[in-house]
Amino acid sequence: MPTSDDKPTPNTDEPVTGAEADKAAEIAAAKAKAAEEVPPKNPWEEKPVAPTHSDAMDDDDVVALEGLVVSADLFTGAVTATVDAEKILDVCRFLKEERGYAFLVDLTAIDWPEREEGRFDLIYWLHRHEDSKRVRLRAILGEDQTIESVESIWGAANWMEREVYDLFGVIFENHPGLERILTWEGFNGHPLRKDFPVEGIDTGAAIYPDVYPPGGGPIVPEEGEGA
Amino acid sequence: MMNGPERPLFDVEEMEISFGPQHPATHGVLRLQMKLDGERIVEAKPIIGYLHRGTEKLFETMTFPACIPHTDRLDYVNAAHNNQGFCITMEKLLGISIPPRAAYLRMILAELQRLASHLVWLATHAVDIGAITPFFYTFRERDEILDLFEEYCGARLTLNTMKIGGLPFELPQGWLDRCAKFVDAFPAHIDEYETLLTTNRIWKRRTIGVGVISPEDAINMGLTGPPLRGSGVEWDIRKVFPYDRYDEVEFDVPIGTNCDTYDRYLVRIEEMRQSIRILRQCLEKLPEGPIMAKAPKVLRSPEGMVYGSVESPKGELGYFIVATEKGTTPYRCRVRPPSFVNLQALPQMVKGSLVADMMAVIGTLDIVLGEIDR
Repeated sequence: MPTSDDKPTPNTDEPVTGAEADKAAEIAAAKAKAAEEVPPKNPWEEKPVAPTHSDAMDDDDVVALEGLVVSADLFTGAVTATVDAEKILDVCRFLKEERGYAFLVDLTAIDWPEREEGRFDLIYWLHRHEDSKRVRLRAILGEDQTIESVESIWGAANWMEREVYDLFGVIFENHPGLERILTWEGFNGHPLRKDFPVEGIDTGAAIYPDVYPPGGGPIVPEEGEGA
Repeated sequence: MMNGPERPLFDVEEMEISFGPQHPATHGVLRLQMKLDGERIVEAKPIIGYLHRGTEKLFETMTFPACIPHTDRLDYVNAAHNNQGFCITMEKLLGISIPPRAAYLRMILAELQRLASHLVWLATHAVDIGAITPFFYTFRERDEILDLFEEYCGARLTLNTMKIGGLPFELPQGWLDRCAKFVDAFPAHIDEYETLLTTNRIWKRRTIGVGVISPEDAINMGLTGPPLRGSGVEWDIRKVFPYDRYDEVEFDVPIGTNCDTYDRYLVRIEEMRQSIRILRQCLEKLPEGPIMAKAPKVLRSPEGMVYGSVESPKGELGYFIVATEKGTTPYRCRVRPPSFVNLQALPQMVKGSLVADMMAVIGTLDIVLGEIDR
């Protein structure tokens, strides 16, 4: 049984009085107003929207490079221009001397063992101080191919190229001293290649082989020691 | 007057010596192969890799959030910037924008970490040159910073205190007051260090004109951070590519003029003052609100390459992540370590100088081998 405190239950059979209709309209209006006033959600409250790729062939630097760029892609605000690996020296020299890219931020590689166009991507990440613009060059390289060193253009490339050589096995031609840098001379393999096992390889390096037998196992006690 | 042909008193022969990897002045396991002509360095060749742990390879096997604790171990005196760099790069890749409170807290942590890192630099640099006293002063203040970190996240060095999309924890009660107290007290401590060194005659003799590198060479060798700014190039990632909320705070970028060790020292001292300025503004502006953005539980990346960088105390610390469509692990994660690139300029900076100046130059580059070898 509804008590007097309860709201009257709406009954569609009864004729709606004028006062009730006004009230309903008022509530509806208030609801509509409230819906309008809900502030737009802050960006951190919404589901993130992943950035998308777009074509960047109309970028100034890509246009300036004319026919040297194979394709250009814009993603998260950075242009990635794919260039011919054989022309990398010309492209880099042009970008430094004509376009003001005096600063090589980073040089690295990516390994795509299954890819048909070529196994390695070499990435050059350049910076221009005048307007703080950056451009990324990508050169595709086959497994047996070599690439010209850009050490003569940016001194910073020296160690970065050594690192790429060490970890990926890419050979840079005309590099002043292409030696291993993070692993040691004589190390077998290139660790950042995808076919190199994560758990590592047996390098043959043994510390005190008499005490710690190769391949693990119990420690051999020295003579006169132990039980 | 001397007659006859001039003969050298001693045999002049180039001597090769190996310096390190176990040497306190190399700040870790750096080895230098030097060719000496008496006391002069003819050639110095850094040999690195003694601390190589294959972090980049490990990243490829781990989910994105699981990479963050490993970033701590790169530059181990500067964990907050490593976390921050990885997180902002991932946020760029996934399109996450973080709440303002999280951004401000990150800036507070990062600037405290910058102070802590610069204090380690100042202490070790001064000890290398022969001034032992500053060590005790700087480590006293550094400990206060580490206490603040410990109170916040439980760790003193490897903080692991940032998440992709914000921060994992809210501040403990009273933390901001203690932080503000530290910030208020710190400028007086900087003055204290300066009274010990800035006008010290020995300090000046040991640093002025040592390890000079011209702005052109500095840019060519890819130097970033204080070594670049000491050569008079005004360039700070916080200014040119502002991340988090660095565009909302005011600070100056100090630069040097003489391109030498003394100027780099002054630049870093001034940077500490600017960090305090940033901290004051952050504490004042710190908004209320959530500390974590709405991010999916399992992060799945779009396909593409992304690069994000932060201004770490050593220079530009960048993360280059290659992601595959709907991937949960980075296909390739390259760390652009500032120390690695800065160390490359060492042979050029020490050529022709005395062996003793080598310590000053290693100190002034502020290298951390964990980051160089990865």
